Amino acid sequence: MTETSTTETTTRPGRERGREDGKFGRYGGQYVPEALMPAIEELTDAYRRYVLGNEDGFMDEFRERLADFGGRPTPLQRAGRLSERYGREVYLKREDLLHGGAHKLNNALGQVLLAKYMGKERIIAETGAGQHGTATAMAAAHLDMPCTIYMGERDINRQRPNVFRMKLNGSDVKPVTAGRGTLKEAISETMRDWAATVEDTHYVIGSVVGPHPFPVMVRDFQAVISEEAREQAIGKAGDLPTDVIACAGGGSNTMGSFAAFVDDGSVALHAVEAGGSTLEVDEAAGVAPNSASLYAGEEGVLHGARTKLLQDSHGQIMESHSISSGLDYAGVGPELAYLVDEGRVTPVAVDDDAALEGFHRLSRTEGIIPALETAHAFGFLEEHADELGDRVVVTVSGRGDKDLESVIEETDKRDIAGAPDMSMFTGGI
Amino acid sequence: MPGDEERATTDDAAPKTGNSATIAAAFADGPAYVPYLAVGDPDYESSLAYVEALDRGGADVIELGLPFSEPIAEGPTIQGAVVRALEGGMTPDRFFAFVEELDVDAPLVCMTYYNLIYQWGDSDGPRSFVERAAEVGLQGLVVPDLPAEEADPLREACDEFGLDLVFIVAPTTEGERLERIMEQVSGYVYVQARLGTTGAKSDVSDRTTESLDRLRGYDVPKAVGFGISTGEHAERIVAGGADGIIVGSALVDIVADGVENDRPTAAVAERLEALSRELKAGAERGFAARTADAAPGDAR
Repeated sequence: MTETSTTETTTRPGRERGREDGKFGRYGGQYVPEALMPAIEELTDAYRRYVLGNEDGFMDEFRERLADFGGRPTPLQRAGRLSERYGREVYLKREDLLHGGAHKLNNALGQVLLAKYMGKERIIAETGAGQHGTATAMAAAHLDMPCTIYMGERDINRQRPNVFRMKLNGSDVKPVTAGRGTLKEAISETMRDWAATVEDTHYVIGSVVGPHPFPVMVRDFQAVISEEAREQAIGKAGDLPTDVIACAGGGSNTMGSFAAFVDDGSVALHAVEAGGSTLEVDEAAGVAPNSASLYAGEEGVLHGARTKLLQDSHGQIMESHSISSGLDYAGVGPELAYLVDEGRVTPVAVDDDAALEGFHRLSRTEGIIPALETAHAFGFLEEHADELGDRVVVTVSGRGDKDLESVIEETDKRDIAGAPDMSMFTGGI
Repeated sequence: MPGDEERATTDDAAPKTGNSATIAAAFADGPAYVPYLAVGDPDYESSLAYVEALDRGGADVIELGLPFSEPIAEGPTIQGAVVRALEGGMTPDRFFAFVEELDVDAPLVCMTYYNLIYQWGDSDGPRSFVERAAEVGLQGLVVPDLPAEEADPLREACDEFGLDLVFIVAPTTEGERLERIMEQVSGYVYVQARLGTTGAKSDVSDRTTESLDRLRGYDVPKAVGFGISTGEHAERIVAGGADGIIVGSALVDIVADGVENDRPTAAVAERLEALSRELKAGAERGFAARTADAAPGDAR
């Protein structure tokens, strides 16, 4: 077995959490149909051997490909104008500069490579905003694996450029018409495909959700964000950050941004969820016009794990909503649910309007067009900067090119200070 | 075959009598016909008539689906039923009222997903759901997203209130996993005929026979489901060693056809009863063929 560079992290209990049995306090577990259990056991074994044990040099190859194909490490950039605006040092962890334009490649490349090591012949994945789908499609093309992506019909309409990118990389994109046609339905449909094809197919789940070992495995692949940021912050600011801010949907960006800091008690961790239009739920219609499962959800079981969910009083899963399809999910990773209960992570909700304002502010003041998911973190920064410490790290989880059509449409409906006039574009670009 | 070595060790597994005497009786003499419908599809009143039609058609056990918004183990047919039932206003409370109102002879098993069981009632955990299920006369539960590893709390509640807990065994289940499930199962084991989700198929997989072979050493009735839609399928499956057949999508198709073509409830009920008779007769032919061939000592 090759020596790994994880000697430091293995002594940190936060990084060990969940690895053994997939339990995070009362959350986590493996609530899946029996047909999937053998595949999940096989995957658990592969995770232990290749990811934790670096068998056959898996982690070395993963890191090398993340560097050469992905472009890691990504910079930690001091944001000059935002630092001035908020009167504290604001640093941006630039995952938008990762190949593909979002943090999603960290996980997708790891899992597709793992599938290859496991001898699987086919990749399937779900996608919400299309960022995980495009990352998986890129990784599958890079590693020569056939790939099918399930995507809600509504999301396909909201994220057309990403659909095109997946097809350019040779993936098959299958529309999911059930329910509201968003991420929740796409995950259910991908699980159904997997139940039928489990013997030769690997399901590349896109977030820290689902049955064990997915939540820990995806966290471990995404942890590179905070491992780098932690060293970079110490290098640039001479100290750990006082606060780390990351947007949270399913939670892969969030756990990736927090993982290396969980054991640093002095670092406050803020998970920014999509507050949608309101935090009130419409029980009769089965709709929660937000995606704030950490902030407003109740414990339940969905998609293989016990976690916090948006559900009605009977336990039916609510249709979530967010202006950003990447945050539009009724559940959240079980480890985040646990860290919130423990008081280690603070959940906050930022509504559609504040996120859109954050989008325009970052675009204007720093020359960075963020994804609408990411924009929620900047909405939080605007509303709560006074409560934060001196050195703040915000993860720019992705770039906003994919969102331009939604932004034009949503901006045109609102009166946002400093936003350009969108009326000339509303016929489409 | 990978299962061969393990199977020898399972012959001394403790016989499972199950908690429900009526379910045990349903499998005791001849093959059991176990139909499934989603309760409330497409509305409460029609659904009552449909389930009662299954009973008249010869059902030995009836699986009643309590619809959940994310039915990850179901194919398109049953997903459609679940959507119709939820749109028709079905809730766990109405489901229990439905079971109380139902006038049937066959023992009833509730099939649903764990979140609905977990959330029901005031207390955390599955106990209050199971208590209420027992009150309204349900005899068992099938929970497709609850593997044996996570089932202890539900198992305890089922034992406390005298319900059976049915587990699904997939074509990929073998070795230690199979033993773990067989320690937890009671009533009958649901043998999944092929991989994938529920749905009627024109052929019945060879893997059914392999699965039944793996289960031979366990003294619990084996009911095969996934893909059975005709009397001929039923005959072949029972002749191949199954103690019962579970049929869902083929019946749901009749309900869906009734919705699409706006057929009267009585006409849909009649078709459900007729297909039930065909399936039950097929199962009995298969059983007769098997017992004619069978060596003495093969009690089932």
